[in-house]
Amino acid sequence: MKTARRGKVVSYNKWGYIFLIPFITVYLVFQFIPLVSTIYNSFFENYRSGLTQIGPNFIGLENYKTIFTNGDIITYAKNTLIMWVMGFVPQIIVSLLLGAWFSSPSLRLKGQRFFKTVIYLPNLIMASAFSMLFFTLFADSGPINSILVQMGILSQPYRFMSNIWSTRTLIAFMNFIMWFGNTTILLMAGMMGIDTALFEAAEVDGATSAQIFFKITLPLLRPILIYVMITSLIGGLQMFDVPQILTNATGDPMRSTMTLIMYLNKHLYSKNFGLGGALSVVLFIITGILSMIVYQFSSKKES
Amino acid sequence: MKKKLLSAILSTVMIASLLAGCGGKAEEQAPAPAQEETSQEAPAQDQAQEEAPAQEEASADEGKVLNIYCWNDEFKRRIEAHYPGYTPDAGDVAKGAIGDVTVVWNITPNDDNAYQNNLDETLLKQADAAADSKIDIFLVEADYALKYVDTEFTMAVADLGITDADLANQYQYTKDIVTDSNGVLKGVSWQGCPGAMFYSREIAKEVFGTDDPAEIQNYVKDWDTFNETAILLKDAGYSILSSVNDSYRVYSNNVTSKWVVDGKINIDANIMKWVEDSKALVNAGQTATHELWSDDWSKGFYPEGKVFSYFGPAWFINFSMAADAEGSIGNQGGWAATEGPQGFFWGGTWICAAAGTDNAGLIKDIMLQMTCNEEIMKEIVVDDDDFVNNKPAMEAMAADAGYTSKILGGQNPLGMYCAGVENLDLSNLSIYDQGCNEEFQNAMKNYFDDNATLDEALDLFYKAVVEKYPELTY
Repeated sequence: MKTARRGKVVSYNKWGYIFLIPFITVYLVFQFIPLVSTIYNSFFENYRSGLTQIGPNFIGLENYKTIFTNGDIITYAKNTLIMWVMGFVPQIIVSLLLGAWFSSPSLRLKGQRFFKTVIYLPNLIMASAFSMLFFTLFADSGPINSILVQMGILSQPYRFMSNIWSTRTLIAFMNFIMWFGNTTILLMAGMMGIDTALFEAAEVDGATSAQIFFKITLPLLRPILIYVMITSLIGGLQMFDVPQILTNATGDPMRSTMTLIMYLNKHLYSKNFGLGGALSVVLFIITGILSMIVYQFSSKKES
Repeated sequence: MKKKLLSAILSTVMIASLLAGCGGKAEEQAPAPAQEETSQEAPAQDQAQEEAPAQEEASADEGKVLNIYCWNDEFKRRIEAHYPGYTPDAGDVAKGAIGDVTVVWNITPNDDNAYQNNLDETLLKQADAAADSKIDIFLVEADYALKYVDTEFTMAVADLGITDADLANQYQYTKDIVTDSNGVLKGVSWQGCPGAMFYSREIAKEVFGTDDPAEIQNYVKDWDTFNETAILLKDAGYSILSSVNDSYRVYSNNVTSKWVVDGKINIDANIMKWVEDSKALVNAGQTATHELWSDDWSKGFYPEGKVFSYFGPAWFINFSMAADAEGSIGNQGGWAATEGPQGFFWGGTWICAAAGTDNAGLIKDIMLQMTCNEEIMKEIVVDDDDFVNNKPAMEAMAADAGYTSKILGGQNPLGMYCAGVENLDLSNLSIYDQGCNEEFQNAMKNYFDDNATLDEALDLFYKAVVEKYPELTY
């Protein structure tokens, strides 16, 4: 009987491995090999000038040196972070508020389903279409400017795309609109996981709703909040399509809206796989560190 | 959050690295076979030359498939309408036939550099491709012509058996653009795109009291006069140009040095003059900094836009100035053309033969018929409103009072184009032109908009060019 049982276990294990094969194959071909080849490529001078291929010549860490010495990566990282913060702060505030309202047992809002769908909708629009729309809306002679001028708020059109902070604000605003629905749903799930008995107990003890929010909801929501924050930060580091389309790939004015990935994309014009690879590796390391932090937090929560 | 974005970016990066692998391989193979290619090809070309006096149909040993790479159907329509013996395929729009040779049209749109990317990859694999799938003909535009012409991937026109005498009637500038660094002509064009300055007749009458092109020319005969005229127009509430980018080509076609000299980026004095003049215009509110083709820029096609003039070639008035739209200036025949401060050109399509083609005889015939046959070229002018690359034919039509343009209020602009095209000097092209011109206008917009000083904008330009062409220094 003992042996028979062991046999069964072995055969189950075998099926486990067989079911894993598709994933492993896809992972190896589409994830692992490209990852390794990116790292490998980052040590070479390898680009195309017109139709002339230059390299690959092994140049060691020269690409990394170029990236860190010309200082561009710092500028673009700063741009990326500024625009991320400008979008994330209102996003988390609005999401917390909406999440609290939607999940509050005492409010019992009607038409929740409808509003949840509506706030999630902007996320379904393709980011490039969304920024094309904003590009047209906020053009120098676009509808927004005409409305403002006709209402007498402005004497002449405001040039949104020609001023650093207005362009950044537009990008942050688009990111906010696109992602606050998603965040709301995440936070709401977290809030609904909190035992309602706690809220009721607090109410019975005479706590105000602000007290309930800050003293009960927020502390218990911490793990979800951290998760939202880190994933948003990682997503923010990869910010690309919105500013790319809105500024026509220039990152204007004066590259103040150029993000890290837009910079990476610039190197692909000359098929510069060396510098592009090095930049990707740096981004990979940053993202890796952030993911590690998330992993730390989520495993702590389980234990 | 942003998982979707994250995965999209990750996969882009990974595809990029996949391509990196391919790029490496292509590089190892490309140079060597390409050289073999030319050496193998030499006898073939000799044969083609021997056959030349005979007839193109006699080319029995030639390939049965003619692959043509282009970005729109303009050339296809010209061939269909004007090349003798071309029969379109009834079932497949991308195919046709000349005699017993199948013509395959490989059309990739220009958007997002897709045409060039596709052409690059295919050309680099040309040496290993089967004879029937090799590129035979590809088309190029002026902005990036040298990128292809100045390589061994493009065949010399002389090697096809076309002589200088055949091309004698063509405008010199159309040859300059496709002449490689060794002075070898590598392509031909059936069209010429000399530009003119189009101005609004109504505004001209209001501000200058006349809309006669000869009189208006006095107000814009050189850049200093042009800038003084801008003040007059501003006082009357009009912009002289829709955007500073309108005049960019007029300056950049009249440079005396190349964008890149000995691997160093070089900014010509005339380009800097554009910066100086444009900054003054923008500061004085006499024009704006819109990008070409943007909505803001095209506002001037209508009377409400209050724009005095645009620079453009023949195709510009027909296709771009909203002449079909009710209420536009063009629709009412409200434009007039004059030469403007300096001659320039814009656009144009050149036919190049790809090295390694097995249809040299047929290509030769297509080039001769489409770009040298005066009968066919006159047909193109009459049928398609093009300005063709044939000096005597165009000069004859310029003198013909029977030809007038409705959009230009009954003016015959051909004489203007003929005069403008004479003075074009395009010996200062380089393979870096497309990237440099684009990045220069992008960078200078920051200076014009007061977001940067001139030096900061120039630094940005250098930085952007080096990103595109890592081998350059400044």
